[in-house]
Amino acid sequence: MANESVIGVTDPETKSEVKSEVSSEVKSEVSPQASNDVYEPIHSKSPVFYDLYERKAELQHQTHYCPGCGHGVAHKLIAEALQELGLQDKTIFVSPVGCSVFAYYYFDVGNVQVAHGRAPASATAIKRSCPGRIVISYQGDGDLAAIGTAEIVHAANRGEKITVFFVNNAIYGMTGGQMAPTTMVGQKSTTSPWGRRPSNEGFPLHMAELLATLEAPAYIERVALSDNKNIMKARRAIRKALEIQRDGAGFSFVEILSPCPTIWGKDPVEARRWVLDKMIPTFPLNVFRDRRPEIPAGNEPPQRPVADVLGITPKAEARDVSKPKHAHHFKDVKIKIAGFGGQGVLLLGQLLIEMGMREGLEVSWLPSYGPEMRSGSAHCHVCLSKERIGSPLISHPDVLVAMNEYSLRKFAHEVASGGVILYNGASLPADFSAPDVQVVSIPASEIADKLGSTKATNIVMMGALLEETECLAPGTALSVLEDKVKKLNLLEIDRKALTAGRLFIDEQAHIGAVSQPDGFA
Amino acid sequence: MRQLCKGNVAVVKGAILAGCRGYYGYPITPASEIAEAAALYFPQVGGTFIQAESEVAAINMVYGAAAAGVRAMSGSSGPGLSLMQEGMSYLAGAELPCVIVDVMRGGPGLGNIAPEQSDYFAMVKGGGHGNYRNIVLAPASVQEMADFTMLAFDLADKYRNPAVVLTDGFVGQMMEPLDLEDREIQPPEKPWAVKGTPETRANFISSIYLETDELEEHQRRMEAKYMRAQEAEPRCEICHAADAEVLLVGYGIVSRVLLSTVEALRKEGVKAGLFRPITLWPYPSKALVEAAAKVQKVLVVELSNGQMLEDVRLALNGKVPVEFYGRVGGNVPSVQELQEQVLTRMAVAV
Ligand SMILES: Cc1ncc(C[n+]2csc(CCOP(=O)(O)OP(=O)(O)O)c2C)c(N)n1
Ligand code: SF4
Ligand SMILES: [Mg+2]
Repeated sequence: MANESVIGVTDPETKSEVKSEVSSEVKSEVSPQASNDVYEPIHSKSPVFYDLYERKAELQHQTHYCPGCGHGVAHKLIAEALQELGLQDKTIFVSPVGCSVFAYYYFDVGNVQVAHGRAPASATAIKRSCPGRIVISYQGDGDLAAIGTAEIVHAANRGEKITVFFVNNAIYGMTGGQMAPTTMVGQKSTTSPWGRRPSNEGFPLHMAELLATLEAPAYIERVALSDNKNIMKARRAIRKALEIQRDGAGFSFVEILSPCPTIWGKDPVEARRWVLDKMIPTFPLNVFRDRRPEIPAGNEPPQRPVADVLGITPKAEARDVSKPKHAHHFKDVKIKIAGFGGQGVLLLGQLLIEMGMREGLEVSWLPSYGPEMRSGSAHCHVCLSKERIGSPLISHPDVLVAMNEYSLRKFAHEVASGGVILYNGASLPADFSAPDVQVVSIPASEIADKLGSTKATNIVMMGALLEETECLAPGTALSVLEDKVKKLNLLEIDRKALTAGRLFIDEQAHIGAVSQPDGFA
Repeated sequence: MRQLCKGNVAVVKGAILAGCRGYYGYPITPASEIAEAAALYFPQVGGTFIQAESEVAAINMVYGAAAAGVRAMSGSSGPGLSLMQEGMSYLAGAELPCVIVDVMRGGPGLGNIAPEQSDYFAMVKGGGHGNYRNIVLAPASVQEMADFTMLAFDLADKYRNPAVVLTDGFVGQMMEPLDLEDREIQPPEKPWAVKGTPETRANFISSIYLETDELEEHQRRMEAKYMRAQEAEPRCEICHAADAEVLLVGYGIVSRVLLSTVEALRKEGVKAGLFRPITLWPYPSKALVEAAAKVQKVLVVELSNGQMLEDVRLALNGKVPVEFYGRVGGNVPSVQELQEQVLTRMAVAV
């Protein structure tokens, strides 16, 4: 009975569709043949729908929607628009979680069913993966305006070239009538049994208006499946939204106020009237956005061959980095470098492993990261080895490069006996001692300062390290610096800093201030 | 030629060589360099990079790209992986291939950003809902970060299932030489993908099986492929195990420390060996049983309170005493510390 009355209020065009698409148990009592006898269908079912809904377990000639459900009408309007625009073969329909979860039963297009609320995210990546195609995200109000609020806002804000059909029926249909974010003030639901109270549940969300605050969207309209006139408007809006996508013009969004007679406890006619009388005043019909947005392209990333992008040098063309004939008098050397952030601690470590790699050694570099760096200090572990490196984490370094007093005091005790500490300072703190370890003070900051930049302090220390331990060749250091330091004036300072660091150690040795280490022999 | 590279960056380089053209992620320490490198490289090779609004969105973007037949990935760390679990379950249920990288940090909750191995249960046992598995690979070096990411894409496609590269903050943050071959992999044809073309119009991606029998059948099929993977895919590395009296078992960064420990112990005359699972799922149980056949004791070391330990015990099934040493909170045991652990335990054993 309820169903008949729906047909009674529809125009001939909609009528035939309501009959075939928004069918019901009641309807199914009438055989297709019988109905053909009674009604002369003016429009046959859109070929964008499957002939028979074979993905459905039973009743494959009718949908699963209740009589008078807006989803059926919305489906019909979308199918017709796709047909009219000739987009069937290009379309990917993203079904949500909600009563329309089974949209893929009906639409004879590519179908992807996704998680509750996430359709705009999945649709985003589908569209990015298939740029010329038509991607439709079809969502209910729980799906889009509650659990998926973030996804829809961000897809719209990125201006994804997709079309979103948002079926707002002010309720959670599928799960049996719980409150939706669009449930109206005073409206009862199973989870707002006293009617929606703004004091407890807040006010209904106006998604069309909300999205219209964003810059990127091209088209935002709210329509209603309340009466023939509005259904015709909805048809135009749906078509327009798809045209915008077809033209690659931007994000298009149609909010469709839609009856849910079953949960609302109304017959289909009353339900439509309720859309008209109750929903539209709360959710005014309007075109909130209709423009082809000017989206600045920004700096286009260059398109380059993969090997170039990934820094893969073809073996044949590999620059002959003839391995310096440096004698490595060690199986491995473990170096810890520590200091303040900004002293080039991590960089010094990276330069050392670059050198090690060029000299044919196995190398590893492990930095301190995160909050530790934020607090102002940084350290890294450098392993140089002739063999495969086990632990890149050094508990007992052979060499500690302490760029400041804090690091000296913090890490000196870790140094392996027989190891070396290179300390950036004119002299050691008076109370400092490190038994079994050779400690060398180098006024590296002052030396660097005199050379023109305290930034070169780490390079002075590198010079000292190379001279003191002979772990790597100074020549390699020079070639690495030449490759890495792009600014010529800085490179000049770095060259001098390297030499100054080496000379300092040399002179110290010469005057007998320190003995030559044998830690690496 | 070798280039110096951070572990996290190597992931992205491997992914691009594997033909991955979709990266969808959200920043989190210590995994952010993955997103940063992807942002830099993907657009230059015709790929897509999107910084998603959350890991929830990111994994569902991966779902979308995978449904469209593109090799796609995301990377994150503990909290982000927690948010991805629903999506990973959907991917597994819809039999969509993808690669997810978890650069583990300290937990639970916000924990800290130092390395831990405490997401083992979540990744290896499947942290999302329903009956499914992730294929899980555990790199321990920068080279392996690239190599295993590439392998992960192959396995994901082979089994149409998510594959996880499970590593930790240290492997992600460290720099080592990386040797990449200039050879791009052409991903396999995916006739099932939904691409918005006439040929793919009939295709359909979903994890819904409404009828109980249908869903059971679907799960049986998934089980069957998981069993095939269990036969074909377990991988491990075994060092010095032939004459070992004590077998040290660890993965990822721990395996590196264990290798040094084994070498140090051998210098002291203790016959130690290393068993390092490379696939955490499927777990290389058979190989472990063989490697442990003659040892007196197995010592499992993890940066957790004993998660992989369960798989070692299941594999060895009481045949060999299995002991455990774990550090958590971001502490990584030193070689000396592990040496002592072994020495005291072996002293008791002998
Ligand atoms: C993560 C998750 N939470 C909850 C659900 C249960 N669920 C399924 S549909 C739905 C509400 C759908 O309502 P709406 O989007 O308005 O669609 P309608 O049925 O009204 O068309 C909910 C809560 C789910 N499937 N997944
Ligand atoms: S419950 Fe409501 S939304 Fe769901 S099919 Fe029925 S009428 Fe439509
Ligand atoms: Mg709803």
